[in-house]
Parts: sequence; C-alpha cells; structure tokens
Amino acid sequence: MGLRETEATGVVGWFDQRFPLLKVWNEHLAQYYAPKNFNFWYFFGSLAMLVLVIQIVTGIFLTMNYKPDAELAFASVEYIMRDVEWGWLIRYMHSTGASAFFVVIYLHMFRGLMYGSYRKPRELIWVFGMVLYLALMAEAFMGYLLPWGQMSYWGAQVIISLFGAVPYVGEEIALWIRGDFVIADATLNRFFAFHVIAVPLVLVMLVFLHIVALHAVGSNNPEGIEIKEGPKGNRWSETAPADGIPFHPYYSVKDIVGVIVFLMIFSAVMFFVPEMGGWFLEKDNFVPADPLKTPEHIVPLWYFTAFYAILRAVPDKFLGVVAMFGAIIMLFILPWLDRSSVKSIKYKGMISKLALAIFVVAFVALSWLGTQPATPVATMFARIFSVIYFAFFLLMPFYSKMDKTKPVPERLPEH
Amino acid sequence: MKKMMKKTGVLLLLLFPSFVMGGGGGGVHLDTAPVDLSDNESLKNGAKLFMNYCLSCHSARFMRYKRMADDLGMSDQEVLDNLVFTGAKIHDTMEIAMPAEQAAKWFGTTPPDLSVISRARGDDWLYTYLRGFYVDPSRPMGVNNVVFKDVGMPHVLQGLQGKQTLQEDGTLTVDGSGSMTAAEYDKAVGDLVNFLAYVGEPVKAYRMTLGWYVLGFLLILLIPAYRLKKEYWKDVH
Repeated sequence: MGLRETEATGVVGWFDQRFPLLKVWNEHLAQYYAPKNFNFWYFFGSLAMLVLVIQIVTGIFLTMNYKPDAELAFASVEYIMRDVEWGWLIRYMHSTGASAFFVVIYLHMFRGLMYGSYRKPRELIWVFGMVLYLALMAEAFMGYLLPWGQMSYWGAQVIISLFGAVPYVGEEIALWIRGDFVIADATLNRFFAFHVIAVPLVLVMLVFLHIVALHAVGSNNPEGIEIKEGPKGNRWSETAPADGIPFHPYYSVKDIVGVIVFLMIFSAVMFFVPEMGGWFLEKDNFVPADPLKTPEHIVPLWYFTAFYAILRAVPDKFLGVVAMFGAIIMLFILPWLDRSSVKSIKYKGMISKLALAIFVVAFVALSWLGTQPATPVATMFARIFSVIYFAFFLLMPFYSKMDKTKPVPERLPEH
Repeated sequence: MKKMMKKTGVLLLLLFPSFVMGGGGGGVHLDTAPVDLSDNESLKNGAKLFMNYCLSCHSARFMRYKRMADDLGMSDQEVLDNLVFTGAKIHDTMEIAMPAEQAAKWFGTTPPDLSVISRARGDDWLYTYLRGFYVDPSRPMGVNNVVFKDVGMPHVLQGLQGKQTLQEDGTLTVDGSGSMTAAEYDKAVGDLVNFLAYVGEPVKAYRMTLGWYVLGFLLILLIPAYRLKKEYWKDVH
C-alpha cells in the first residue's frame, strides 16, 4: 500500500507509516550518542533554545497589543504594562529575555572557545552559530527601537548614522535603511516587520541548521576527544561510541535541572529588578522619543558595548566602523586560525591558556568601557584592549602552533 | 539637503564622547525618597496632593482613576467625589484640559506627562527636586531649582513649603511663610513621590509578591527534577 514499515503500533505507528517519526526521534534524541562528560558549560545550548522560544511566544502576545506607529508606539507599550491582562509579565519576560539571550549566547560561545568546539569537523557548526549571533544582534537592535523611547530613538539614530561613514555611498545607505532623513515612522514600521517576521524566521532556520550540522558530526566535549574515533559498543548499541550515552533520557533529564535553575535566576531578575539598574531597561527609555531633544548620554545596551568601545577606540570614524565589523569577522574565521594539535584548553599549553584568559579580560573591559564616557584615559585603555582583542585572533596561528601541548588520551578519562 | 545630512552626521559624531549609562542628577546629591508602596495612607495622601497640585498642568494619561481606586482600596464614588476635579469618568485616564501649545507658551515647554516620570527620573530625583526650589528673581517664575537648573515650572507647593533661599554654601533655608513645617513638608513630598512611584508602575507591589511564589514553586520543582537526574545517572560511569 506504499506505507512505511514500522515496529510501532497504535497512533505512533499510524504516523510512523506516513512520516519518519521514530527515525527523527532516534537520530536526534534517543539514539543520539553524546559524550558522557558534559559539564556545566554544556547547559547553554539548550538554554539558548529555551530563551528563543520564550522570546517568540511572548513576542507573539506583545504584537497583539503593540502599535508600530510613531504616534502610538510608546503609549501602546504602557497600555500593555497597565491595561492588558498579564501584559506587564509578558513585556518583562520579553525585555529580560533579550538580555538573557545574550548572557546565554556569550557563555555558549565561551564554551566553544575553551574546548575547541569550532575545530574540524565542526567548523560549519561554528559558522552557523556566528551567523546566528549576527542575526541575534540585528534582532535585538531593531527590537530596541520599538518601545519608541528616547534611547530607542537616539541609539538607532547613532548606529544607523555609522553607515554614513562609508565613503561615497554612506549617506545614501543610511537614508535607504531609515526610509527618511532621520529615524521616523517609516523606520519604525520596517524595523517592526524585520523584528517580528524576517529575522525570527532566519533565526529559527539557522538554529535548525546549527543542530543538523551538530548531530551529523557529533558533539565535542570538555576533553576535546572524538568519541566516534574511539572504541565502539555500549549498553545500548554495538555500533555506538563506547564513551557515548543517549541524549534522551540522560541529557534531557539533566537539562531540565539546568532549565529550572536558569528560570529561577531569570524570574528573580524579572520579578524583582526588571530594569537591572538600567542595564536591561534604560531610564531614558521611559521618556517618549523626541527628535528635537538629544539625551545627555546615549549608550547602546550592554551586549553591544564591547564592539562599540572598539569603534570609538579608532580615531577615524570609517576605520572605526571597519574595526568594529572586523572584530566580528575575527570570530567567523576562528576555525582556521587555531593550529594547535589539540582541541581542548585542558591539553593546550600555558600560552594558549594565558591568551584565552587575557582575551576574556579584554572583552569584559571593552564591554564596560563602551558604557563609559570616552575620556583620554578610557580611550587609551579601549585602544590597548582592542589591540589585545585582535591579537588574540591574528596571532593565534603562531602561538597555537608553537605552544606545548599535553598528549590527549584515546578515550575519555572517566570511562 | 545633503549639506544638512552632513551637519546631522557631524552633530551625531559630537555626541559620541558623552555616551554614558544612566543620566539625571548632574552630580547633585540626591536625598533618599521614603518610598513604601505598601503604605496605603501615604499613597492616598500622595494622590490627594497630586490631584490638587499637579494634575492641572501635568497629565498622567496612562493611569486610570479606576485602577487607582482599586489598588488604593477606595470606592469609585469616593474617588469621583474627592479626587476627580476634571469631570472625568471613573474608567478614564488622568487627562488635563490645558492645551499643550498654550502650555508651551506659558512655561517655555510643555509640562511632561507624569505617568512614568518616576521611572525616567528616579524617586530620589523627584524627592530632591520637589524640595529644591529656591527664590531666583532672574527666572520668569521667580524660582530656580537645585537639581533642575533653570526649570520652567513654578513652585506650585510654595504655599505649603514657604520661600526657600539658596545660601552661599549651597544649603537651602526656608522663610517659614508656608502652611507646613519643614518636617511636614518633607512628609507631604514623600507621600507625593510615593504616589508617583506607584503611578510609574502600578503592578510593582504585586509583582514583588508574586515573584516569591514563583521562586518557591521553582525551588520545589527543582527537588524532583534533581532526584530524577540522579536516578538516571546512577549507572553512568
């Protein structure tokens, strides 16, 4: 009759005859063999997915009452906060979720840096991840315009004006992005369209690709040992890697614990300090956008400030923009910069360990400097840390190769 | 137009050095506002002051009378009789009759809507501001302010506080012409700021309470989740 053959019976069987239900379930969960030594740092992948779902679901409910209109936007947000049933909770979930997304993603990326998760054969996973990160920045940037407060307006004004620094065509590009000579209703409408439809579609698609690529080559682990190259055969399968355990139920029950702990931290912020002292919701954004009144201090939200500090560290505006984008391009080409014979930081030598530590300090310092006034001293420090940021990547082909490494065992030490 | 765009670009570039978090006080010391959202008497007194002294020039156009009545435990009739001076209905928001253009002409600027002023300025700023007016004959309204230099707003509470003079050392002295003592005035302004804090986010007190329940629920949920994980992982070596 053309139906697929299946062992399953009942409802599951009916579906499995018409759709590869068990195949998908097994390949990605029940018979996806992950290394058994995942540590704390391996929670953040599933947490990123959770936050994505939170953002999409709360976003849908927000659009039901939000008005993408320069005259109405600010008031509609306050309407959601006051008159919509549980609107305040949905809005705070979304605003807290935006920052939480970046916290989780930065920790997720740091994990990759530490354990060499970007190395062969996982270069493509890393590149998909970096495109995801870029899309997420675009999503956050455009979303921040929607409340139409002073910081929404002037933050967008400043960032879009950066395109004006491109020689010859810059002003035209900035005009084209805004759809007007300044940030205006046209800008708000198109940012709304991108924020609620275009970019989320890209994000979901990229998450899909990120995971398909991951499950094709298998997960890395804190040791950086390829369990697929080790001996075969475990309790569940004779052909599976000996050091692998089925993702479900082992990591699904483990991730549930991670999810609950994460939700506790998330809720503590959302219920008690949703503004997070101005880091998640800026004070000036409670003043409606006024094109005639420039706020005293304009600062991007914390997750952009490292790149913003790099931008300001360069004396020339156009070169500053180049440096800012260059900083992100560095992350894209990382898989081809690392020449070490080992993946994980555990087996790398002193130079690599030191380099990573200094890089983290530089990134945090740049993030902080990006929120501060550009005094001569601050600018000097921003320049030093910017050089360190780039040196970490550009010198990696040399120091990763000459660095002493420890021998990597064939199997996980815990086996 | 191109020239103008270039000018805008230069202006925006000039902004760059001043990108900083926060904003507000301009370095002036701010006194801590006695905000207590659970103090209903204080909120009610603040509401009375707000309706009498603020709500003729300033609106609170996101705040409904009905919401205030419910949250502060007043009946609709009580609110309509004692607190609504604009002819508004109970479900209306706190609008004013003064046209914005006229106001701009009178005060040099349109008095801002006060719905979320406490979130934009901060409670302490408001508390210090409303106690920081002093006599300055050079200003159109005859007063200036220690935290908001050359403010366009007149000192509407002068009848309560009396006239203040700014001394050489930066302190303020009051002349005693007001109907309240200094302590009474501080208390009144405290109540008013408390009310503004409430208006800024009416749900705040509730969300703080709800937060503990949510955390409690998650904590309880964590126990079986953790034990389930332990149980499954027993046989992984």
